[in-house]
Amino acid sequence: MEHLLTQSFLTALLFYSVTAGVPLLLAGLGEQISEKAGVLNIGIEGMMLFGAYTGFLSAYYSGSFGLGFLGGGLGGAVVAAIVMLLCIHFGLNQIVVGIALTIGAEGLTALMYYFQFGREHPNLAAPPVLGIPGLSAIPVIGPGLFNHNAIVYLAVILVGVLAWLFRSTYVGLNLEAAGAKPAALDAAGVSVVKTRSYAVLSTGFLTGIGGAYMANVGAGLFVPFMTGGAGFMGIVLAMLARGKPIWVLLGAALFGASLSMTTALQVAGVNVPTDVVQMLPFAMVMLVLVIFARHSVLPPALGLPYVRGDRG
Amino acid sequence: MSETAAAVRNITKRFPGVLANDQVSLEFRAGEVHVLLGENGAGKSTLIGILAGMQQPDEGEILVAGRPVRIGSPRESLELGIGTVFQHVLLVPSLTVIENLMLGGNWIRRLARTPALARFRELSALLGVEIDPDAQVGKLSLGEQQQVEIMRALWRGEKVLILDEPTSMLTPQGVRDLGDVMRRLRDKGVALILITHKLMEAYEFGDRISVLRLGRVVGEIAPERLKQMSEAEATDTVIAMMFGDVVEHRRDAEILTGRGRAAHRDRTIDRSGAPCLVVRDLQTQAGRGECPLRHVSFDLWPGEVLGIAGVDGNGQKHLAEVLAGQRAVTHGRIEMAGADVTHDDAPARRRHGVRYVTDERLGEGTVGTFSVATNLVLKEIGAEPFWRRGITDWDRVHTHARDLIHRNDIRTPSEKTPVARLSGGNIQKVILARELNAEAGIAIFNKPTYGLDLQNTRLAHDRILASAKGGMAIVVVSTDLDELLEISDRIAVMFQGRLVGVVENAPDVERKVGQLMTGAAAA
Amino acid sequence: MSAETGAGALSSRLPGGERLREARDVALRVLIPVFLALVIGGVILLILGKDPLAYYGYVLRRGLLTWSGLQETFTRMAPLLLIASGLIVAFRAGIWNLGGDGQFLLAAVITAALGPVLVGILPTAAVLIACMLASILVGAAWSLIPAILKARYGVNEIITSLMMSFLGTSFANVLIKLLFWDPGTTVPQTRMLPVPDRLPPIPSTTIHSGVIIGVVVVVLVHLMMTRTAFGLKLQVVGANPAAAVHAGLNVGWLTIATFALSAGLIGLAGSVEILGVWGTVRADWNPAFGLLVVPLVFLARFNGYGVIGFTLFFSALMIGGDSAARRVGVPQHFVLVLVGLLLLFLAVVEYLDHLRRKRLTT
Repeated sequence: MEHLLTQSFLTALLFYSVTAGVPLLLAGLGEQISEKAGVLNIGIEGMMLFGAYTGFLSAYYSGSFGLGFLGGGLGGAVVAAIVMLLCIHFGLNQIVVGIALTIGAEGLTALMYYFQFGREHPNLAAPPVLGIPGLSAIPVIGPGLFNHNAIVYLAVILVGVLAWLFRSTYVGLNLEAAGAKPAALDAAGVSVVKTRSYAVLSTGFLTGIGGAYMANVGAGLFVPFMTGGAGFMGIVLAMLARGKPIWVLLGAALFGASLSMTTALQVAGVNVPTDVVQMLPFAMVMLVLVIFARHSVLPPALGLPYVRGDRG
Repeated sequence: MSETAAAVRNITKRFPGVLANDQVSLEFRAGEVHVLLGENGAGKSTLIGILAGMQQPDEGEILVAGRPVRIGSPRESLELGIGTVFQHVLLVPSLTVIENLMLGGNWIRRLARTPALARFRELSALLGVEIDPDAQVGKLSLGEQQQVEIMRALWRGEKVLILDEPTSMLTPQGVRDLGDVMRRLRDKGVALILITHKLMEAYEFGDRISVLRLGRVVGEIAPERLKQMSEAEATDTVIAMMFGDVVEHRRDAEILTGRGRAAHRDRTIDRSGAPCLVVRDLQTQAGRGECPLRHVSFDLWPGEVLGIAGVDGNGQKHLAEVLAGQRAVTHGRIEMAGADVTHDDAPARRRHGVRYVTDERLGEGTVGTFSVATNLVLKEIGAEPFWRRGITDWDRVHTHARDLIHRNDIRTPSEKTPVARLSGGNIQKVILARELNAEAGIAIFNKPTYGLDLQNTRLAHDRILASAKGGMAIVVVSTDLDELLEISDRIAVMFQGRLVGVVENAPDVERKVGQLMTGAAAA
Repeated sequence: MSAETGAGALSSRLPGGERLREARDVALRVLIPVFLALVIGGVILLILGKDPLAYYGYVLRRGLLTWSGLQETFTRMAPLLLIASGLIVAFRAGIWNLGGDGQFLLAAVITAALGPVLVGILPTAAVLIACMLASILVGAAWSLIPAILKARYGVNEIITSLMMSFLGTSFANVLIKLLFWDPGTTVPQTRMLPVPDRLPPIPSTTIHSGVIIGVVVVVLVHLMMTRTAFGLKLQVVGANPAAAVHAGLNVGWLTIATFALSAGLIGLAGSVEILGVWGTVRADWNPAFGLLVVPLVFLARFNGYGVIGFTLFFSALMIGGDSAARRVGVPQHFVLVLVGLLLLFLAVVEYLDHLRRKRLTT
């Protein structure tokens, strides 16, 4: 056991926790916006996968990681636009559409990727890294936490920004009303449909960036079906965070750590069957759900389309 | 003569199969309370929806300050200075008062709290009310919530204020406070539109009364004329407008005026025998936003109608559900005909003869997508004779349904029609047919006439009184005090989960109940 | 999606013209999404430089029009029918059991592990029955946590069942590698069930008798849903949980029972696939049928008889698509695209139909 506590293991654990946690963080924050506004975004897995694909393509052809993230965000937003159109404007069943988009995105990305690259899996160059001056020099913690791509720090800053938006601006009020009592928002002269549309598009954009990060930075390449449930974990994070972005951050760190265990153990040279370790994040999610089930709170109007005049 | 703040000219609005507004023309003047009177379905709500920007008229025009306008959305309505307080509370319970009032501001801007508080104080002074701006709305009383709603309606301008059935959820004291607010606003030059179906309110608060019937304006009493009329004269005039002189509508008129009150109360209830329902010290646990029961005790005798009065949300729902066996008690005892049934579930209670007519007819009383026939046996699933060893005998279910449809005059295309396609009155008939059969001994009614038109209200009242006459013990929960005064033998009042008093339905009952409803006499 | 069928939706009491119109409406609501999905799928193939007509033609010939393909198609129907019957139970009760893959795989692994052990001890028929019963229990057990969380705390079962599915998929691999690895093989897999001890084929075909089990179970589930008190109770819970409480139904217990039944049937599907086709489970094997069956069940509007037809169509698509991957160069993933499109258009058509009805009535 003692080699578990070596520097290299701890550093790897921290480093890969961040790598695995950032997509979850972005998906969780994105989903939180949707859930606040009363949209249950089951299609988030599809948004993430599609974002991973478009993000990879953008980075692969442009050679720029920045454009890669942008491409991923836009890819996620395209899938989100379908949710917006079908579920929010027309009021179709959010669950059916969400499942359809997830399955469709799985099939489509795998198909397109096959036609573009066949059985080859081209790699991207190593992502540019921004060491935080001073902090990155601390042993273990420095290379583990403060030596990442700039998008990682932006994602963490986003937690604070969202918390501020939710608490101190009209964004927070309007989203809360759209989820808790859409008719009240409507009566106050704000379009519920528009509010929810913005929310879903933001979800798609953020989740898409998360997917792009997973492909371009985490793996360095695109693999069909690579998100493997990370989008759904974002839903769990949002469910348990009760509207507070800081809890999404903490949850993403926890789930990220369990996801990174496989890689970190390999780095440390410990041979545990990968399948056992792969169970860890999902077991962790279920454990957290079992413990906190009674505290998870969802807005009253979640999943329900808003029809003016239908009083609920 | 005061100036016209807003007017509608020849407004027509059609819904599939219904002419909701038919060439409606009305004027709303500054400094005047204009009452729109009419029963459910007369077209009042549609007209309000049009003024509030929720719906667009098919024909006709709207004038504000003399100029024709198009009101395409609630926002445009608010910007024209038209504020609406709807029948259902339209506030976000999880937000504070001031947050609710700030709702609808410009997205990314910082919350403008200081100017909002200034406006809040301005309106508080105008309305003459005191509310903590940082209180969570869900924790305010319904009367206070309504005051917040009025502020919201006036937030961006105070030309026209529309109040849709504003008294239906208030205590008598709350109604008096609302009257004060309305008078203050009128004296400041606001044009008020008050929608109601209660004649007495129209007379008490209105300067001008317009009567709607089947989508048309069928009469108007101008202020000069109204001032000279006594209440009785005004009532007679309005009834004549609403019904003509048709004698068979007399009962409807009585419901409208409360004149038919206690017509049955020439009989006395024999309370010498044992009560058939004994309730002692009931307590329940509250879910989110619910009011639990606290130490509720009462007795009920066969043939008696006990009215449960109180402002909505004071534990009535829990009481009804506990009696029906639908909700567990945490403490206390329920006896029916001497047997302890405290921990019996709903089917067991039903076997004891308990029937529960819920207020949520489509919400829980029926399954909307299921046929009328299935809904008529909804509480018997698995029981003989419609099921044998768990196998459904659909022929028998359908025959049974046709029989009940015929006997209860349920208007439906067939017994296989999904119940949600029926009108509210007919859905209520389905529920009554299911609940009030031969084996019923104790029936609980929760807001039995809520949302029904006069004819169906009368039918429901008749059913209740006939059942009581047949020896059934009946509990009626209602927020409409007039209704309870008409059909109850005794009236109990609920306040914050407690049963604060039980009074005989005698001439001075209104005053006593009013006091109890505010919790004044709780001690 | 309308819920109740009562004694059959197209009752004899409806006038003839109306009955015809109803039948036409049902046909259109089913055919339009299928047609649209195939067309848009074809457009995607065109964009990728493949001839859609050639692809669909090949799939049709291979899946339905050759004897060997048809036999494979029928063989594939067996697990799909059982999964579909599990989903009918859940969806009619308003429960989204999306954890099918985990339930299926774990039941398959337990079957594969148990079968060879019992072969020497029990007669073949008893081995088969014991394996199937065990698989039902395993499937049901894997649904227990989502079921209890839903029943007790109202936790969204979509998420929990999906998470359990991911967990189950990995757990199945762990079981194979750590517990049931046949030492005689290099690639981790369970001990092989001898061919004579598997589900017998239908005489003079290669189709194993599991497809008969599938058809019988679907019909039984359909009858249970439409003609028994238990089925009606589940439908009340699904259509309006508040009404179920009001009617005195034990919603918590019914939720758990529904989940167990649904997952048990999906577990049975895993068992039948092993007992009929493979005889063993290899590590990382995951046909991922769970989500693919969802649109079929919706297309059939939860009707058991309808499901049989759609399963035939879909099995042919899968079998044809399998060989098309090799012959035409369109990978299997295209079937996923079709499934996604199908579900999407299904929702759209349902919505348009709803709008039309609303305009017609009231």
